[in-house]
Amino acid sequence: MADIAVLLKQVPDTNAKIVLNDGRVDESVIKKWSMSPYDEYALEAALSLGGSITAITCGPDRSKKMLTDAAAVGASELLHISVDDLSTLDSIRLSNILAAAVKKTGASVVFCGKQAADTNAGSTGPNVANLLGSSCVTMVSELSGDSSEFVALRPSPDGMEKVSISSPCVISFDKTSNELRRPNVKGIMMAKKKAIESISPDDLGVSTAMELHMATHHFCGLNAPEEKSAGQMFEGAECVSDVVSKLRSEAKVI
Amino acid sequence: MSTIIAETTGSNLHPVTAQLVSASNGDVIICPGGVGASDAANIAGVSKVITVEGDCFSSFDGAAWAAAMSGLTSDGRVILAATPRGRELAAHIAASRNIPVIQDVTGGSPSLIMHRPVYSGKAIEHVKCEGDCVVTIRPNSWPAAADGGNAEQSTVNQSADVTVAVKEAIAKASERLDVSDADIIISGGRGMGSIDNWNELEKIADQLGAAVGASRAVVDEWGLSHSIQVGQTGKVVNPSLYIAVGISGAIQHLAGMRSSKYIVAINKDADAPIFSVADYGIVATWEDALPALAEALSNL
Ligand SMILES: Cc1cc2nc3c(=O)[nH]c(=O)nc-3n(C[C@H](O)[C@H](O)[C@H](O)COP(=O)(O)OP(=O)(O)OC[C@H]3O[C@@H](n4cnc5c(N)ncnc54)[C@H](O)[C@@H]3O)c2cc1C
Ligand SMILES: Nc1ncnc2c1ncn2[C@@H]1O[C@H](COP(=O)(O)O)[C@@H](O)[C@H]1O
Repeated sequence: MADIAVLLKQVPDTNAKIVLNDGRVDESVIKKWSMSPYDEYALEAALSLGGSITAITCGPDRSKKMLTDAAAVGASELLHISVDDLSTLDSIRLSNILAAAVKKTGASVVFCGKQAADTNAGSTGPNVANLLGSSCVTMVSELSGDSSEFVALRPSPDGMEKVSISSPCVISFDKTSNELRRPNVKGIMMAKKKAIESISPDDLGVSTAMELHMATHHFCGLNAPEEKSAGQMFEGAECVSDVVSKLRSEAKVI
Repeated sequence: MSTIIAETTGSNLHPVTAQLVSASNGDVIICPGGVGASDAANIAGVSKVITVEGDCFSSFDGAAWAAAMSGLTSDGRVILAATPRGRELAAHIAASRNIPVIQDVTGGSPSLIMHRPVYSGKAIEHVKCEGDCVVTIRPNSWPAAADGGNAEQSTVNQSADVTVAVKEAIAKASERLDVSDADIIISGGRGMGSIDNWNELEKIADQLGAAVGASRAVVDEWGLSHSIQVGQTGKVVNPSLYIAVGISGAIQHLAGMRSSKYIVAINKDADAPIFSVADYGIVATWEDALPALAEALSNL
């Protein structure tokens, strides 16, 4: 089996409340950081294929903990690219860093999530594929075969389709039907001892990516979503016909 | 300068394409494989429609499509729809030009500051791009540009190597409208009691011409297709009207539907969190409310 690199991002747990302070997420109130949910399916897909798996993350120091979690379920190598504030990187700078990190590992197959739970973007997989000159499929919910020919299930405008793709390739994962494996005690103990290679974008030769940061893409801050004005409440099924007439006359949606 | 890439469904132009025109003021539309070109030329304000013909357009390979269109997308901004294909294609185009991609813009202005939901809609990010970038726009965020245009049409022949081969197409599980495309959605949750009651929702959907959606709880427990799941791990939808029946309104469900223009919630528990996002909240059981809804709709 070819070596696989898995791109993992640490995000606030999806149950965490997001509190904004001066246009930024107040990290001090986030109690739990987790692996982004779709990345868990990417990691699981890699683990079920077997072979050498390098878990890669780019982010602040706290994200190393997630690499240790990946080791506890079976990732063999851990690579951390240290960037204190990811909001200083736009999609293309980040992808240049991650593509260089994949090159360093020598892996010809890259797995990642269909979108990260914080950015909700879905840019990184195809970006990295393009920078590496690899084939790419996104939003895969079922994968079989091996790197000589993977068969992947992905959405199509008419439903779903099965496509074949071979290495070098980048595959981004949706939720799959695979049960996520949980670490056992032995795995947790071994993972604690596992070395994490921590390097900077400079070490990857992509320092220009950092110098160029924000050159074209400015992060202007975060806002709370617009609060809707309180809706109208109705008691009992007798009111359904009133609501239906309001949908026609007030909202004009039916 | 903005260039728009047409969004298509099968052999037709997707209506979101006219929304991309009004969002971006772009007046050039590229039609991959020529699908929908004459409809695109009919959108008001469009001056040029360019068909790119090539073997690679017979199936979807984002890298190949981006390469085949590169002669037409090599400068200025490129605007696409934030659909699965649109997002992937946008990222390929951006990477091949080494420029940023801003996905899923729902407000602001694609030429000034763009707004996009992050953290599953728990916050809105504001970004500005001074140089060129590729932008995808969430369907139903801008009104559609009107018909009545008469753009000049031309064709270029350009293909690229395809490395993703389609082996098997699997039709949608049901003939029903997809929640991503629907203007009205009626979704059910665990409060529907059991899968045996699901046809009560479908009847209302038929009356309204609506798509049927579901919470994760019932997709998992009743074995419904994941393609109808609305929420953080399902689909993000943006219809004019979203009707939630027997859904509690967990944060992960709200993540998928809170940007709907109008929300109606039917729930027997007056304290259910779904009511906090509802424009019209009805405290009732579905057993009472759905027959009343069916009757009121048939009296319209
Ligand atoms: C990482 C993660 C991702 C998730 N992703 C999603 C997602 O994408 N989409 C999603 O939906 N969920 C998602 N969830 C699950 C979510 O947290 C909730 O568990 C789920 O949405 C609950 O579904 P429900 O509202 O149908 O069920 P419940 O929470 O059980 O609510 C049932 C509701 O029905 C009402 N009810 C009961 N009987 C009746 C009746 N006769 N008439 C009317 N009302 C009645 C009750 O008052 C209650 O409010 C996710 C969870 C996690 C942890
Ligand atoms: N900083 C990061 N470090 C490692 N992987 C990342 C990072 N950001 C994004 N990814 C990967 O790319 C996927 C898509 O992210 P995005 O393009 O931000 O939606 C994520 O699910 C991860 O697998």
